[in-house]
Amino acid sequence: MKRIVTLVVQNRSGVLNRVTGLMHKRQFNIESISVGRTEQEGISKMTFVVDVEDHRKMEQLTKQLNKQIDVIKVTDLSDKAVVARELAMIKIVANPGTRNEIQGIIEPFRASVIDVSKDSLSVQVTGKPDKIEALIDLLRPYGIKDIARTGLTAFSRGHQPQAAELTQYSLLK
Amino acid sequence: MKLDMKPAGTAPATKTGADVLVDALVEQQVDTIFGYPGGAVLPIYDALYRSEADFQHILTRHEQGAIHAAEGYARVKRKTGVVLATSGPGATNLITGIADAMMDSLPLVVLTGQVATTVTGTDAFQEADVMGITTPITKHNYQVQSAYELPKIIKEAFHIASTGRPGPVVVDIPKDISANPCFDTDESPFHLPGYQPTINPNPLQIKKLAEAVKQAKKPLVLTGAGVLHGGATDVLLDIINEYRIPVTSTLLGLGAFPADHEMFLGMAGMHGTYTSNMAITDCDLLINVGARFDDRLTGNLEHFAKNAVVAHIDIDPAEIGKNVPTHIPVVSDSGAALKELKRQLKEGPDHQAWLDELKQSSKDYPLWYNTPKEGMVAQWAIKEIHEKTKGDPIVTTDVGQHQMWAAQFFHFRRPDRWVTSGGLGTMGFGFPAAVGCQLAEPEERVIALVGDGGFQMTLQELSVVQERNLPVKIVILNNQALGMVRQWQEEFYEERYSESIVGCQPDFVKLADSYGIQGYKFETREEFESQIGELMNNDQPVLIDARVIQQENVFPMVPPGRGINDMVGVKP
Repeated sequence: MKRIVTLVVQNRSGVLNRVTGLMHKRQFNIESISVGRTEQEGISKMTFVVDVEDHRKMEQLTKQLNKQIDVIKVTDLSDKAVVARELAMIKIVANPGTRNEIQGIIEPFRASVIDVSKDSLSVQVTGKPDKIEALIDLLRPYGIKDIARTGLTAFSRGHQPQAAELTQYSLLK
Repeated sequence: MKLDMKPAGTAPATKTGADVLVDALVEQQVDTIFGYPGGAVLPIYDALYRSEADFQHILTRHEQGAIHAAEGYARVKRKTGVVLATSGPGATNLITGIADAMMDSLPLVVLTGQVATTVTGTDAFQEADVMGITTPITKHNYQVQSAYELPKIIKEAFHIASTGRPGPVVVDIPKDISANPCFDTDESPFHLPGYQPTINPNPLQIKKLAEAVKQAKKPLVLTGAGVLHGGATDVLLDIINEYRIPVTSTLLGLGAFPADHEMFLGMAGMHGTYTSNMAITDCDLLINVGARFDDRLTGNLEHFAKNAVVAHIDIDPAEIGKNVPTHIPVVSDSGAALKELKRQLKEGPDHQAWLDELKQSSKDYPLWYNTPKEGMVAQWAIKEIHEKTKGDPIVTTDVGQHQMWAAQFFHFRRPDRWVTSGGLGTMGFGFPAAVGCQLAEPEERVIALVGDGGFQMTLQELSVVQERNLPVKIVILNNQALGMVRQWQEEFYEERYSESIVGCQPDFVKLADSYGIQGYKFETREEFESQIGELMNNDQPVLIDARVIQQENVFPMVPPGRGINDMVGVKP
């Protein structure tokens, strides 16, 4: 099962290595990572999507992460209402004949064109991973030259619904 | 450092980073450093030379010897061991010891030199990525970025190493930082928001545990090294004396509870007593105090404590529920948890039938060994040493057959007498660890029970014994084989003894002699019996080459992959 874990960490050299090394040692598979600074000086936030077998493995992962001295807080967001986003840039084969057609495809995804050249077109799209996957699928027939994805980043919603209404918010179920 | 041949050197006017480091070590009340010099730590060794502080540096003859000695020191003194080595090969020679200390939760601060910051990352002479290499095998590690932060890092390192679940902390110090003058240091108190170990138990969890004890018909306590780290031995003894709960132990927990107590069943696990393993299998309440349910203890998890409510007291929350599902988790220091349990326990279990059953089992299935017509077996030799030393010396071992036999036949009555490499299972650990133990406890009798294989991995430390005339007793249980490997090849590989019979070895008596140490070779029980008492109890270093029978195996045994209730070799 896929889980979203966020870590609040001390922004020190080697901290990412520490965390990914731990996951490697304990045999957790990382689907994506995103890291960035937070509003606090010296504090960074990491968002991981990991693939784990069961809840016991997941508990072990959060406990092991918590043991790291540079890790201040570990949150498993998977069972919470979250806002999660990923950014992707996609470079597609395009000529004057297909440009308009592509424009029509990306519009409902609220993606935007960020670069145009003689024989290619680059678009930028933000959203949940499944939305990005859907757009990639639609663009594939034109010929994809390159893709760059940031990986998921997430935090919990301001209002946490009760357990009964949770499923509709949940991202990875 | 007090040196006899110290010339009247002139100290530089300003302090260097290395001086700041030495001051920080003095502040931590370090009295012994185990180390080996080299290029990148020249400034630190110079500062040690110039220092007036009253602590000793022990020059081992290999960095691995230094760190195992520091582990032995830390184990018996319950104080953080300090190791100092140079960059590159100096640091990589420490890796086995760092991993060993991590697995067995020993508090160490390991100082390594590093190439100067100006050349870091250029594959400079004697450069190794010590941070990268040690991250997975340390509790924490630091690379010092400026001398300004050195005092604070040292404070943090000692704090992290010695509190919570203890472990090794590496501090990597680039040469320019230790060599250059330092005009300002950060003396502010440290703050570690990501490190706040839970020391005191949740009283409600203890209430549940007390209730479970009252309800139990077949209760059992399992002691791990956490009992020793938490200083919980006395309160444990009080509880057991009052409520008469049987006790078993892990390898590293030996000594946490007196082995001659009527409630003690012996060690559990792969080579534990039959009664201990059956007690774990049949008990209805298993109280694990500070053990981590290692695979050598549990055997196949499917058969482990199937009928039991499992309570687990551990200072490391990650150990609870890691291997065995736990009904009553208690995250706490073992001493604090047991004190609270003692306070809350008003009524013990009603379990006379269980006690009778275990007593009968202990009587029916004692540990046993062969007594050949000629020659001696290692178990007998260990028992003999135990008796002639009244069972009270500090004993260190390597890993393997002799380690298991020592665990079975040496009955530790007091804590901190037993120093062995449990988790990592390091050959060559025992002898240098004994050197560290002797330096930590000069008045105590220290015996290194080692195999001929393990001893040959770190025997260069005989120099330290010679140099300091340490009265360490080295007993080589010499079967001219890698005994445990040989045993597994006999049992599971149809007697194909691949590279495990090692007949070619030095004359250990002459070897001892070359270091100025008395050496003896015993081949018969009569020789051994008549001299061992005197040799173990005199005040000289002694090396004994005890020739033991090669074919003897460690029994009883849980074959790999089986449950601990499924033992072979339970009876002769």
